[in-house]
Amino acid sequence: MRETFIHEIEDLNDDLIMMGSMIESAISKAVEALTNKDVDLAQEAIEFDNQIDNKEKEIESRCIALLVQQQPVASDLRLVTAAIKMITDMERIGDHAADISEIMLIIADSDYTSHMSKIPEIAKATIKMLNDSVNAFVSRDRKLAKSVQKYDDVVDELFVDIKAELTELIRSDLEESNQAVDMIMIAKYFERIGDHAVNIAEWVEFSQTGMYKGTNIM
Amino acid sequence: MGDTSNIKFKIQDLNLFYNSFQALKSVNIEIEKNEITSLIGPSGCGKSTFLKTLNRMNDLVEGTKVEGSILMDGIDLYREMDAILLRRRVGMVFQQPNPFPKSVYDNVAYGPRIQGIKKKIELDDIVERSLKQAAIWDELKDRLYKSALGLSGGQQQRLCIARTLAVKPEVILMDEPTSALDPISTTKIEDLIIKLKEHYTIIIVTHNMQQAARVSDKTAFFLLGEAVEFGVTKELFSMPRDKRTEDYITGRFG
Repeated sequence: MRETFIHEIEDLNDDLIMMGSMIESAISKAVEALTNKDVDLAQEAIEFDNQIDNKEKEIESRCIALLVQQQPVASDLRLVTAAIKMITDMERIGDHAADISEIMLIIADSDYTSHMSKIPEIAKATIKMLNDSVNAFVSRDRKLAKSVQKYDDVVDELFVDIKAELTELIRSDLEESNQAVDMIMIAKYFERIGDHAVNIAEWVEFSQTGMYKGTNIM
Repeated sequence: MGDTSNIKFKIQDLNLFYNSFQALKSVNIEIEKNEITSLIGPSGCGKSTFLKTLNRMNDLVEGTKVEGSILMDGIDLYREMDAILLRRRVGMVFQQPNPFPKSVYDNVAYGPRIQGIKKKIELDDIVERSLKQAAIWDELKDRLYKSALGLSGGQQQRLCIARTLAVKPEVILMDEPTSALDPISTTKIEDLIIKLKEHYTIIIVTHNMQQAARVSDKTAFFLLGEAVEFGVTKELFSMPRDKRTEDYITGRFG
């Protein structure tokens, strides 16, 4: 048994789960701040992004050390490769959580909550995708990973709806155009978070099967 | 024989016993021409035993019984081939470099001389060609008549490869050819192995899995006498099909 190595692989696994839960919490903070107009919480979500960035760097160097020192193969190689790719998407999700909170701080004084359109729904849907992709990783659940990839259509449709509704608002009331554009941007960030959750799910599938988007890339 | 297939060795239901101990269990493998095939597995798994069946070196071990068949270019090498002629066609390089206590030249010329080649000009030609093929001509051309025992381990091993090449084999078997060498000599031998596959079929036993991954086209994983998994090296090391292969190559074994 390569005991040291197996411990290091377990630590990597734990770290990925940790980073997954950090981004889940970042998104929850951003959504809660947005819906409750909670300025302090929005500030917290923005600052939390630094911790996520640090976690990414930590996992990155862990992976590089594993490659250099242990030359992993088979499932270990797939895990390390998937980790390097997944953390990029996780980090980007953290950025978008902060982006949403930054917009919220700009419009905090306005009455934006009356123009939220289906933003609470798209937020809920992306949180579900993210939770499912992290859970798929934790429990090595390929079916769940696949379901995240499919669920992206729901988020995409919600974005189309929100865009249509807010475009209509701009058309009918130019006074509201600034807020409408800010809301469209927020919706777009959620839509992007959904895309990154899909990417994570695709790497989860790869780490299990060696297949990435239907192609054997090993 | 007009054998035009790409298969050099077709091994069918091969069992091998050392007295009552079964060292190989129903091995079925096809080894392609001009490919490098690695044999990996823990000590005592049968990989060296298997290697030796390919030029019938096991014939020399008392109490050995072989069942099943190994076809080389379609001909059964245990039933239809003379062992001495077989070993001329299937050369072998060992773990410890084993040059004869003779000059560099005489080491390489040894095999051709036994085959009856006596003309100096012909032997000169073979020695130069073999040393060049073994990527050691430049290092040794000025010391051809000095003792081979004065060479470094890495040079001795390449000389042994040249000695094997001198009799123009079709296949080269290598039993852990770099395990006694430093990393630089190892790299030279690995580069050489890759060059040689253009003209030869090469089968290599190695304990170094990175080496198997670096040099070979196909890899066979042996365990307890069984060829557990055989396939394209890249696939075996990234997505093994058998859990036992996975456990062995990832170090979760035992």
